[in-house]
Amino acid sequence: MTSPLLQAIGLTKSYPGVHALKGVGLTLQRGEVLAVIGENGAGKSTLMKILAGVQTPDTGSIEVDGRLVELPSVVEAQGMGIALIHQELNLADNLDVAANIFLGRERVRNGLIDTRRHLAEAKVHLDSIGLDVDPATPVGLLSLGQQQLVEIAKALSVDARVLIFDEPTSSLSSGEAANLFRVIRELRSRGVGIVYISHRLGEVKELADRVVVLRDGENAGELQRSEIEHGVMVRMMVGRDLSQFYAHVPQSPGPVRLEVEGLRTAAHPEHAVSFRVHAGEIVGVAGLVGAGRTEMLEALFGVTPAVGGSVRVGGVASRPASPEEAIAAGLALVPEDRKRQGVILQMAVRENVSLAALRRDSRRGFVDRAREEGLAAAMISKLGIKTPSDRQVVQFLSGGNQQKVVLGKWLALKPQVLLLDEPTRGIDVGAKHEIYRLMEELAKEGVAILFASSELEEILGLADRVLVMHEGRITGELSREAMTEEAVLHLATDTVEAG
Amino acid sequence: MRKILGISALLLVVCVVTAALSNSFLSAYNLENLIRRTALFGIISIGVAFVIVTGGIDLSVGSVVCLVGCGVPWLLTTHGWPVPLALMMAVVASVGIGLFHGLLITRLRLPPFVVTLCGLLLYRGITRGFTRDQTVGFGAEFKGLRLLSTGEIPIPFVSGFSIPAPWIFLLGVAIASAVFLNRTVYGRHLLALGSNEQAARFSGINTGRMTMLAYVISSSLAGLGGLLFVLDVNSAQPVDFGNFYELYAIAAAVLGGCSLRGGEGTIVGVIVGAALMQVLRNMITLVTTHNNIEFAIIGAVILSGVVADELVRRRLRRA
Repeated sequence: MTSPLLQAIGLTKSYPGVHALKGVGLTLQRGEVLAVIGENGAGKSTLMKILAGVQTPDTGSIEVDGRLVELPSVVEAQGMGIALIHQELNLADNLDVAANIFLGRERVRNGLIDTRRHLAEAKVHLDSIGLDVDPATPVGLLSLGQQQLVEIAKALSVDARVLIFDEPTSSLSSGEAANLFRVIRELRSRGVGIVYISHRLGEVKELADRVVVLRDGENAGELQRSEIEHGVMVRMMVGRDLSQFYAHVPQSPGPVRLEVEGLRTAAHPEHAVSFRVHAGEIVGVAGLVGAGRTEMLEALFGVTPAVGGSVRVGGVASRPASPEEAIAAGLALVPEDRKRQGVILQMAVRENVSLAALRRDSRRGFVDRAREEGLAAAMISKLGIKTPSDRQVVQFLSGGNQQKVVLGKWLALKPQVLLLDEPTRGIDVGAKHEIYRLMEELAKEGVAILFASSELEEILGLADRVLVMHEGRITGELSREAMTEEAVLHLATDTVEAG
Repeated sequence: MRKILGISALLLVVCVVTAALSNSFLSAYNLENLIRRTALFGIISIGVAFVIVTGGIDLSVGSVVCLVGCGVPWLLTTHGWPVPLALMMAVVASVGIGLFHGLLITRLRLPPFVVTLCGLLLYRGITRGFTRDQTVGFGAEFKGLRLLSTGEIPIPFVSGFSIPAPWIFLLGVAIASAVFLNRTVYGRHLLALGSNEQAARFSGINTGRMTMLAYVISSSLAGLGGLLFVLDVNSAQPVDFGNFYELYAIAAAVLGGCSLRGGEGTIVGVIVGAALMQVLRNMITLVTTHNNIEFAIIGAVILSGVVADELVRRRLRRA
């Protein structure tokens, strides 16, 4: 038997105050897709960083082809054929595809960059993964899915034999994700070893040959292809049974809270969207990336004001020209990009939670500190925000708790309509579950909820109705009874009209 | 808090060293003068700190000092305007400049650096134009008005030392600014927008209006500073009055703990920073025989301060 392509034995790593890894092992064979799953904080990222040479382990060893290796830096790791495809892509937007692929190891002729050779070689790599773009295109003009493929081409151009993917589909549409899976399978058949980290258990099930589960910095188990099953994975990750992952109880809908009539967004001015959301209702918005979901929510919230149509909140006409106006009308938005749009990382939990309500709670322009403190305490307990104190800087909270802080900020205002854009992106299973529970609770309290998600599972599990969008239009609406994965995808790709 | 302690310690060290090297440092005359200069520079530094807190920059401060500092005596002596009218004009000009910068930055989304750099050139050029580059001053007149800057407030039971009047202005400005920044909704909004403008806007904060406010505060305090400066020194040359003051102000703010990335800063820190700048300049005059290396020494001290701060920060992060 030949030695495995990559083997890690007994890796440990501590940061001040945290044992990130407590002796983790992992084996990767040639031509295998190995999924690594676990809750946030389970040690996945640390493990990947060690394998890619970004960090060095405290103890433990790594073998490539059965030979003991040291990976003190990314360069060494790449030299061993190991490449990490980051969650946040590391491409220079203003440079073209070829220049990105050869960044840092430019081919040179007579002291100048040999652009012609770049383009020709880049083309070969792009072709090999079936990405049909001109290598002279600036990367900034490509879709996220295409950019990711460029990253892969870049890795292949250094003869990578081990590719590590960190949440590769977190910002891809289902179409782009499907294409990525095709490329991954193709690479596998060529003998490349793939390490695949994802929170999305559906795609793990679809793609993985084997699953390694991490929990609290230790190996929590391993599943072979035939054993990979959603419930089993969840149970191994959280160490307990989440029997009722989605426990949706439809409420009897109350009066109309949000009425949108002929709304046209700046991004898709040619299409008008119309729909209603009732009090106590949870309505999902499905669609591929670029379908215009975020644009629609941002138009409703006044971030990028709509160019036409009418919006009524609680029966009162209001087409907000700014978030300030939207909030005054009774709307709230949990935005897509939590760290950039949702929380202020450098500020404390208390200050984040009170931010939107600060003016309402003020006394003649002065911050009412007692009320602010009371509000923070109330939200921490209502939402179960795990934080040592309300003075803790939000940066040091987990993604799930950060998202709860964003929710808390809005609940302080008691909005009539809660808009959420990818509310569970990048947060772990346990925290997702809590966000779902909170959405359910809010619906029960009579809030009208409209949420966009790329995770179909989430929409199917949570929504009373789903609006499906495609290129700026609502191509259809499905009731809870009619909601199936196929029906939604059908509308999302608009195959009805096209076919 | 740690930053203020650090910079205060540095200030103390520089004071002790200067006192040891020079007999005249602790003289009442020198200390009064030092306090007066610190107060004047403190006022313009606080102004610029508001802009820095939003993550912006104001390079026009020195030229606004020049515009108001030369414009007011010019209106009073050359044109014989009554005092209230000239002061009113100074207020209109300073506030107007801040609004102008703020509008260009928030509406046209121009970079603050570029807008205020053009301001730096504009206002000095304009001043040199209308004064025809002639020195302006009060001569022996306007003694009453000049007391605002030259006046001294005696301390009960202490003779031979009194508090320079600008210190009162600084105190007023500092207290109002600190209360505004730390206790009011708008101060919080300003800090929030400096930390993360998008998140602030998504939270319903009118970020455009708050940014404008910061530039108005900056140029207004620069105007007040310009007035007090000229009242203090009696005459001003348009060609170099207020030259480099924006850099002294920015340096004081940064030394005092304002992050140029925005969202961070305290008023007390800025004042200590301004004091440090002035003590350094004082030390160079008293201790060395050549004033011409002033900039080199100031640059070196600021740089070592910032480097030390960064090293300490890294040490703390690792610990």
